[in-house]
Amino acid sequence: MTSPPVFSTVLGRDLRLAARRRVDALLPLAFFAVAVSLFPLGVGPEPNTLRQISPGVLWVCALLAAMLSVTQLYANDQADGSLEQMLLAGGSAFSAGIAVALAKAVSHWLVTGLPLVLIAPLFGVMFDLSGRSIAALCASLALGTPILSLLGNVGAALTLGVRNGSVLLILLIVPLCIPALIFGSGAISAVESGSSARGHFSLLGALFIATGLLAPLATAAALRIAIE
Amino acid sequence: MGGYGLYVWGSYGVIAACIAIDALIAIKRHRAARATTAANGENG
Amino acid sequence: MATTRHFFTFASPARFYALAGALIPWFWIAALVLGAAGLWIGFFQAPTDATQGDAYRIIFIHVPAAWMSMVLYLVMAFWAAIGWAFNARLASMVARALAPTGAMFTFCALWSGALWGKPTWGTWWVWDARLTSELILLFLYLGYMALVNAIDDTRRADQAGALLAVIGSVNVPIIYFSVKWWNTLHQGATISATAAPKMVASMLTAMLLMTLACWAYAFAVVFTRTRAIIVEREREAKWLNEGAAA
Repeated sequence: MTSPPVFSTVLGRDLRLAARRRVDALLPLAFFAVAVSLFPLGVGPEPNTLRQISPGVLWVCALLAAMLSVTQLYANDQADGSLEQMLLAGGSAFSAGIAVALAKAVSHWLVTGLPLVLIAPLFGVMFDLSGRSIAALCASLALGTPILSLLGNVGAALTLGVRNGSVLLILLIVPLCIPALIFGSGAISAVESGSSARGHFSLLGALFIATGLLAPLATAAALRIAIE
Repeated sequence: MGGYGLYVWGSYGVIAACIAIDALIAIKRHRAARATTAANGENG
Repeated sequence: MATTRHFFTFASPARFYALAGALIPWFWIAALVLGAAGLWIGFFQAPTDATQGDAYRIIFIHVPAAWMSMVLYLVMAFWAAIGWAFNARLASMVARALAPTGAMFTFCALWSGALWGKPTWGTWWVWDARLTSELILLFLYLGYMALVNAIDDTRRADQAGALLAVIGSVNVPIIYFSVKWWNTLHQGATISATAAPKMVASMLTAMLLMTLACWAYAFAVVFTRTRAIIVEREREAKWLNEGAAA
């Protein structure tokens, strides 16, 4: 009865804030573009090499872009006190926490993850990936970036208000993202080399579901720890 | 060690050093903590 | 009533301090004796391997270190979770005391794995499933230590660390599975860099003794570190200033 309003309120608020600060919202995308472009410069322009490393490069840069942009999720709200208000709303503190966590993850994905999925084809072309591979790229990022947003959320809540929180967050959360990275980039490589990516996508999908169910719980618990 | 001495002793040597360092740091930490508490106790 | 009190008696930091202090010397002695026995059997009784020569003897420290690194992580997560769930201070302290030793064992497993890989497989590092998972485990340990150290509020640090350790424990099988998957797909590194030779009884005995030695050592050091943490945290407690048992 009271949880849906918390979710939609927080989500709507975050999206409106992101719309007002469009430059801030686009920074992770700019980071992604710059980071991806570094690899050919560092590795050399040989097309075969680039094609081979591109799934990993694109995925790693997406992962880093997601992690770097997730620290601000809660910091501003905690600074002005609205985070506590959000958590107090709703029937029980825990369900409010889950609603807030889900709303934050969804808003982060809509602002950072979804645009990444949409511009990824551009970079697929830069790395000379085939059409089918680019489709696989978009599909794997579409499944993977929500996972990154959900896990990043847990990290942001855990490191809320902590010194060097953003760097610490990367150290904490990146190991947890490794399975998604492996299955996600593996799917693209499989399609590129002509074999089936069904196993990869199944596992990635399973990760997506498991993370979607469990990460908000962990985030809610972390928020409770941070706020008390 | 049949020519593999570098590897075998390199492994055991470094590990022995790690174990010694781990233990010594723990012991020193304990001693320092007791010393600080004793000092505080005299002042407090 | 009396038995319940007895069971939880050592949950009090003061009593744990005394008990641990009495036990630590015995753990050290056990570690040294078991370690000496294990190494003696491993180096003087176990035969030379046909394919790997004497290089395989690294196994007697590599495997116990790897086991300890994994077990200590789970034990750490367990005690941290207990400390969080029951607000038990001592449990949280033990968890913090476990982390550095666990990380050390992980490093030792990686180091010995690398030095074993070089003579047997030709390279210092191979991205095989087990070594890569060990490396990720090291990152999990470092993350835990970084988090609890970064948060100044002790209770919040303990709780956040517990949550992180539990999340890590849940993820360890997933990470291991995905790394194994990744490794078998990329055919280049399918051969495990740390394949064990055919095990003879003496080799198994040596490994078992070395594992027990590592356990005893871990108890000794973790208990010492826990005592240090107890002193650091319970500075104001009267019993310590009144000169309790050393």
